[in-house]
Amino acid sequence: MTETKYHDGQSSERRKFLLETARTACGVALFGLGLGLYGNKQAVARPVYTMRPPGALPDKKFLAACIRCGQCVRACPYKTLRLAKPEEEVATGTPYFSARQIPCELCEKRPCIRACPTGALDPLLTDIYKARMGLAVLIDRENCLNFLGLRCDVCYRNCPLIDKAITLNPLHNQRSGKHTLFLPEVHSKHCTGCGKCEKSCVLEKAAIKVVPLALAQGELGHHYRLGWEEKTKAGKSLIPEQLDLPDRMPEFTTPITPEWKP
Amino acid sequence: MSKDTYAGTLAAAKKGWLSAHRYLLLRRASQLSMLALFLCGPLTGLWIFKGNLAASRFLDTIPLSDPFILLQSLATGTIAGSTALLGGALIATFYLLSGGRVYCAWVCPVNILTDCAAWLRLRFRLREGISLNRNTRYWMIAMVLAVTALTGSLAWELINPVTMLHRGLVFGLGLAWTIPLGIFAFDLLVSKRGWCGHLCPVGAFYSLLGRFSLLRVRAERREHCSNCLDCYAVCPEPQVISPALKGENGRGPVITGANCTNCGRCIDICAERVFSFGRRF
Repeated sequence: MTETKYHDGQSSERRKFLLETARTACGVALFGLGLGLYGNKQAVARPVYTMRPPGALPDKKFLAACIRCGQCVRACPYKTLRLAKPEEEVATGTPYFSARQIPCELCEKRPCIRACPTGALDPLLTDIYKARMGLAVLIDRENCLNFLGLRCDVCYRNCPLIDKAITLNPLHNQRSGKHTLFLPEVHSKHCTGCGKCEKSCVLEKAAIKVVPLALAQGELGHHYRLGWEEKTKAGKSLIPEQLDLPDRMPEFTTPITPEWKP
Repeated sequence: MSKDTYAGTLAAAKKGWLSAHRYLLLRRASQLSMLALFLCGPLTGLWIFKGNLAASRFLDTIPLSDPFILLQSLATGTIAGSTALLGGALIATFYLLSGGRVYCAWVCPVNILTDCAAWLRLRFRLREGISLNRNTRYWMIAMVLAVTALTGSLAWELINPVTMLHRGLVFGLGLAWTIPLGIFAFDLLVSKRGWCGHLCPVGAFYSLLGRFSLLRVRAERREHCSNCLDCYAVCPEPQVISPALKGENGRGPVITGANCTNCGRCIDICAERVFSFGRRF
């Protein structure tokens, strides 16, 4: 009798234990699911006007490496960087800047990168001009003063890589018929995405904006080959010389310009 | 503890108020000065710690970083930079020796809030509320690492109240104050010692880290115990006391439970001076 009781007690204990374990595991798993969905959303939902510091790894890798300590923020002498607060759309605690407020000054000594303990800001980026925080895009060609034929050039003149990252391309002004438009053009090969152009744009809202590379750049079909580049690479044209057929002139029975007398 | 008195009345009467609150006061001083050392830089320009509890640099030279956050980063497949790893090793060694949950009791800013909630519960004799399994916190660690590995980003750091509160205080709070407030309300109204004692994966990680720490609370004079139960009333992890205090067959007198936070509140509260800090061996 006592033995049965003992066994009953033991199995009810075991049942209680299993039930409690299952309950705990379930609750935690549900919480984890919510956290995972929220975390995943945070990972992809960075607003376009927020730039990561120079040297930041690609978004996904950055969020895995950045431990949100804010040492880059402290190291920035221009107070460009700040840490996202929980109510902001950027993943909580991660550093970012908005170019229109304070752009990156491209310090050659890279204090933010050197302060980062984890390598989320890549220490291999030793040349700050190789930073690719984003890409400037002249996004509004209707209100850009240079496109209107007024010579503004402020973005061009403020660019730390003047004549490389932004050039002015002259074009005949067809409206006035006698002036030249100087159209700013951004070159992705040199643009660091520092945002000084966006900051300096004189319009109420900047016509030139820095946006994340993934958004700014198109992507050529991977099968595309540019003939002129292939030609330089090969040292010669890759297609055979074009067949040049002899030109045949029409045979005239009468002279082309008949003599005419009034 | 009789019906008309609170835990600690006896100790205060017998040892004097100051002696009955010695470690509590030291602990609050430690927590607040940790915060002050981090705030000193941004407020006065004198940089002692640069960064926050996730990682920092002491006097601009010695790196320190939180090993649990590094572990999360590792779970994503990232190997953090050598500076962070060195900082993590320094912190881990410190807590290996001093007791992992020394972090909870002496450093973590959330502890002030949850201790406050626990004190109010004691004062107003609130019932325990929802009881959570004390092992939930280890499930939380597993969940955090799993979610981090699956999403590839430091998932817990999006909502971690510990780092969020500390980062907020040092770098600007925003709406970050709502989360610790929520935890305070949870501990006060929903579940007794619910957060630190049952859920927080950071505390759970540190308890695993300090499992074999050298610094421990000892029930050295346990034969003087008068069974007043005051230590059980104030202890955030009362389950660790019995084996050391009441353990028979040669068990004890060292509190070996990994969840003991080395807060020393039991030392304060005991009128019979049963407990004291000492070495494990």
